[in-house]
Amino acid sequence: MHTLTSSETKEAQTVIETATKPLIQIKDLNVHIEGKQILKNVSLDIPNNSITSIIGPSGCGKTTLLKTLNRLLDDSKEVQVTGSVIVDGENIYGKNAEVTHIRKKMGLLSQKPFPLPMSIYDNIVYGPRIHGERDKSKLKQIVETQLRNVGLWDEVKDRLGTSATRLSIGQQQRLCLARGLAVQPEIILGDESTSALDPISTQTIENLLIELKKDYTIVLVTHILRQARRVSDYILFVYQGEVVEFGKTEDILLNPQQELTKQYVKGFIS
Amino acid sequence: MTYRLWVDKLVQYGSAFLLVIKVLVVVLIAAGLTIKAWPLLQNENLWEILSSSVWSPLKGNFGFLPFILGTVWVTLIALIISVPLCVMASIYLVEFASDRLRKSVLPLMNVLAAIPPVLYGVWGILFVVPILSNYIAPIFGVETTGFSVFAGGIVLAVMIFPILISIMVEVMQTVPQELKDASLSLGATQWETIVSVNLRKARPGIVAAIVLGISRAIGETIAVLMVCGNVPQIPTSWFDAGYPIPALIANNFGEMMSIPMYDSALMFAALLLFVIIFGFNLISRVVLNRLEDHG
Repeated sequence: MHTLTSSETKEAQTVIETATKPLIQIKDLNVHIEGKQILKNVSLDIPNNSITSIIGPSGCGKTTLLKTLNRLLDDSKEVQVTGSVIVDGENIYGKNAEVTHIRKKMGLLSQKPFPLPMSIYDNIVYGPRIHGERDKSKLKQIVETQLRNVGLWDEVKDRLGTSATRLSIGQQQRLCLARGLAVQPEIILGDESTSALDPISTQTIENLLIELKKDYTIVLVTHILRQARRVSDYILFVYQGEVVEFGKTEDILLNPQQELTKQYVKGFIS
Repeated sequence: MTYRLWVDKLVQYGSAFLLVIKVLVVVLIAAGLTIKAWPLLQNENLWEILSSSVWSPLKGNFGFLPFILGTVWVTLIALIISVPLCVMASIYLVEFASDRLRKSVLPLMNVLAAIPPVLYGVWGILFVVPILSNYIAPIFGVETTGFSVFAGGIVLAVMIFPILISIMVEVMQTVPQELKDASLSLGATQWETIVSVNLRKARPGIVAAIVLGISRAIGETIAVLMVCGNVPQIPTSWFDAGYPIPALIANNFGEMMSIPMYDSALMFAALLLFVIIFGFNLISRVVLNRLEDHG
């Protein structure tokens, strides 16, 4: 077994400090859903322009943590959130925080692709239209740019008017990514975004995310360790609602500091 | 042993036989109505019966247009009142109301559905008709007794609330949360999400609910009969009296024997009703089935 050297330990601990001013800062976050505590005292700075994977056994609160970032939890009833999540200098759980404005900053890529019940074109311009863009030529430009961004343009450029549900599931997921990018977010949130996809589509999405991280801060929830290893720069291990360990991918996977992390990474607990 | 197997077979074939009989009843009704209506159809041209507005059985004039239009007026008014109300109520129940409220309101709706139609008729006479004649008609400068297609429409609207709301709520609940989340996460407000996701996705189901509501409204007899005024004329305004087809049948069935062709004419009215309602039900079932298949 690999033993820790003191320099490696130091590196793992300084991850957060060396990052540039983080876009997402979580402080003392506690979440109760229907009286049950799902997240306990989560404090965390998510590094910019990189991919952070949240890993952990199912039911540990990974998805809850992700959804608190864009306040999608507000929709389910009986949710109590204390503590703060500061995005771009603004506490999104503050009194004056405006939900639509916060969500616009983040693109969400869900487990299964959920194209809106409209055409491919309308799916992409849905967000920009909501936020007031009416200029047809600009909208057209956005559609082309975003579809090119996700490598879908050549596949669909001749049938932009057809229903988005006719696309293959992998294409749908890329469309959903493009739809999220069209509102010019700063952050991309992925909730096990490849779990419904075939291996080739999965690879396409993973490569896209790696490419996109130069412009965006990306947070992914995944239960596949191999995926976390392939795509992420940082890994956050959550267990029973608590952050157990956070660090660079290779440190977490090869040199976990905590016993729980070690067991999870080796597959003893799942 | 053989006895037990024999019982098994008996149950299987016996129940199949009973099912056939039940289905046969529908066919028999249709056949019976057609046979009874046949004399009228032989004497007169179908198109003439449907398009003529003269109804004087003693002279042998059977024009069904006033009744058809009476039914159309009452049904349309009922829809104009009930559809927007029910769509908004369903949206509220599905998207905004707490679980507790939703769980207590829906059974209440079923109670509304279980009230006998004659009580709706009484309510119409006691409340709707006087309010129309004393308060609403004067606003438009109209003088009316209150017995009108408007009154019929209001009573019918209330009667089809339950079926509209229960189907609409059911359909709207099938819209996946993730789909709504997709819209919300782009920064859409809840209302924007409802308009462009919920309603769009639920549209076939809403249409099916409306069609079912129509078939219920068209067939409704007693409550409408009590408040519509029952004058065989073509209504030209909301405050005119009308005479829907079911009311025609119910009102005249006892006295038709002495007048030639009268019974045949009423049977034709019944056949007309049967065909219309059968058609509407079929359409809504097809739409609802397709909706279930495609999630």
